[in-house]
Amino acid sequence: MHETMIAQSLFEAITAEANRHRARPVSARVSCGQLNSVNEDVLVFAFAAVSRGSVCEGLTLEVVQKPLEAHCTDCDRDFRVDLDQPRCSYCGGRHFTLLPDPPLVLEEIEFETE
Amino acid sequence: MDKQTVGKRILSANEQFAQANAELLAAHHLVCLNMISSPGSGKTTLLARTITDMRDRLRIGVIEGDLRTDLDAQRIRATQAPAVQIETKGSCHLSAEQVHGALGQLPLADLNMVIIENVGNLVCPASFALGESAKIVVLSVAEGDDKPAKYPSIFARSAALLINKIDLLAAEGLADFDTDRVRADASRLNRSIEIFPLSARTGQGMENWYDWLAARVRS
Repeated sequence: MHETMIAQSLFEAITAEANRHRARPVSARVSCGQLNSVNEDVLVFAFAAVSRGSVCEGLTLEVVQKPLEAHCTDCDRDFRVDLDQPRCSYCGGRHFTLLPDPPLVLEEIEFETE
Repeated sequence: MDKQTVGKRILSANEQFAQANAELLAAHHLVCLNMISSPGSGKTTLLARTITDMRDRLRIGVIEGDLRTDLDAQRIRATQAPAVQIETKGSCHLSAEQVHGALGQLPLADLNMVIIENVGNLVCPASFALGESAKIVVLSVAEGDDKPAKYPSIFARSAALLINKIDLLAAEGLADFDTDRVRADASRLNRSIEIFPLSARTGQGMENWYDWLAARVRS
């Protein structure tokens, strides 16, 4: 449900960029870490609702989930964690610390050209 | 088409308020805990008992978050502790901006700890920093032992896990709550998480939690 607030913040960020570039945004790519619990379908739906009647109406939103990474304290390497199979992908060790989850980032916007 | 790289943090507005809150708290040498759980885990009861039992050791101020009513703030004020209620009017988590306003209403100079009781929700509050020193998660045994596996975000990000209502483990039908499973699942997500099984109702296990709280103020 927090996707509604994220959609609102995203809408404001994209609108600001659109005003700066004086162009209509047609698509945007957002990235986030897995632990941010952002559901792409819900975010797309919420964004469509907040952007209705604005310069962002009809914009295609893509959400890229960044992999969760951890540092293995057995072999001292960073690896991608699968929470269903939480073991180091290099040494199989179970002693690791999760690395900070990547924040929500508006990566790229594609604008219509005249 | 014209592609533009942006690279802007989407929640930067919230993060700026969180930073301002952290600075305000640091200026007053205050430890701030962001307490998160499902509705009904016993956060307010736990908090009220903690404030009362720790009266001689800690001066705690409280920020309460709920969709509606100031019932929780009233319960905290009954312990003589200062409490500010935020009514989110439907929003599923507290924002750093709301907390910023509430901090301004607490007598910060008289306190050494602020505890924020977030909106009852095991999902959304985990994603919004408020400027806290640490998050703590409360899980009551009635919710089941599969919660760290099913809702990993908050367990991965919390400094402490309070397993509340352990007095119910003796009750018929609840004996299948496996504390060891919770311990194993939570520790796998977060190696440094401290786990305190306790009962805010009977007082069982509360001393370990109190010592942990007191140590945070000293350090």
